[in-house]
Amino acid sequence: MSSIRLTSLVKTSGCAAKLPPSDLHAVIDSLPVLSSPDLVEGFETADDALVWRVGENRVCVQTVDFFPPMVDDPYTFGQIAAANALSDVYAMGGEPSVCLNLMCFPACLTLDVMRRILLGGLDKAKEAGAVIAGGHTISDPTPKYGLCVTSFMNEDEVWSNRTALPGDAVVLTKALGVGIVNTAAKVDEAPEESVRQAQDSMTRLNRKARDIARKYRIHGATDVTGFSLSGHGSEVAAASGLTLKINTADLPVIDGALELARFGFLPEGRYANEEFLRDKVSFAENIKLEMRDLCFDPQTSGGLLLFMSPGDARSYVKEMDMDCCRIIGTTYKQGKYLMEYV
Amino acid sequence: MTEVDARGLSCPIPVVETKKALKAHPEGVCVLVDAKVCVENVSRFASAMGYNAKATEANGEWKIEISR
Repeated sequence: MSSIRLTSLVKTSGCAAKLPPSDLHAVIDSLPVLSSPDLVEGFETADDALVWRVGENRVCVQTVDFFPPMVDDPYTFGQIAAANALSDVYAMGGEPSVCLNLMCFPACLTLDVMRRILLGGLDKAKEAGAVIAGGHTISDPTPKYGLCVTSFMNEDEVWSNRTALPGDAVVLTKALGVGIVNTAAKVDEAPEESVRQAQDSMTRLNRKARDIARKYRIHGATDVTGFSLSGHGSEVAAASGLTLKINTADLPVIDGALELARFGFLPEGRYANEEFLRDKVSFAENIKLEMRDLCFDPQTSGGLLLFMSPGDARSYVKEMDMDCCRIIGTTYKQGKYLMEYV
Repeated sequence: MTEVDARGLSCPIPVVETKKALKAHPEGVCVLVDAKVCVENVSRFASAMGYNAKATEANGEWKIEISR
């Protein structure tokens, strides 16, 4: 085992390492859009994965995600990176079929570290019922790992972020605050229990959340990752012509995350997310600063954000039977803001 | 006032350096940083510890005075 801490080799980690959304959009929006009659979903709606028609009512759903480590244990990092990449397929309502590894690996680490990262990813893919069948590795001072994931499903069963309806309940399936806890953990300032909860959450597949949701009529779906609850919620709101009204008192939170936020253990992405959404998100005056931090906190391998009728949402949450899976708000026809926190 | 030079360090390290410095000098310290994020985070840490924090900018660098 290597004595080098994986997180000591990186500046930003997990989904917090995403390029600021404003920079990313500036570049993507300046490029021409390639289109094809077979491309069902592409860049335009900022959905979680591309959707490509392969036959009558049959589509291929494809996504790629990789990032630097947010934990020191290589096996755990591999599990988290894989769970995070697989999540984009679950957010489209699909089941992952086949994956490719993406690995950047520094010369200063032993090959056993690489083996354990890949094993973590392999075990998660296996748990997801998927196969890893290849990949690409390059030498890089900052380690990074993730997957390209492909899924096949019926076109009329794809969950979109454009079709949430006014009056829908908003359901979140994992607790928020992992970005904050990871930031504090990097310098050993996070309580053990907070770290345990964050790692359990990050390594957990969104498979159960997706499988149970398939029994209900899902109007819209995405997953919550680097752009925070506010960022990913806003994408659905913008694409569906809605405002999401979120009850902050109902948000599931990793124990200790709000206290760590109060002490300034905040990832850079938290500020970039707020900057990007400044005019699109509103907070009731009585909401504390650390709660705002949580709403902009970049999540790594976060939960699904599902939109369905309030009745379905109540049954869904009951069936999920996990404290971190909750109804967090409702939607209405788009008003002044995309997200309204009360 | 004791000065902590946290320029060139990325968060959360400046917060930890501030914490260490305040432990040694509870009366207050002055922290130098070169990123807006660090100004926010160090100031947040100071207020959570019951201190006042005042940041002044010059040429892309900030001086945060932390005092009771």
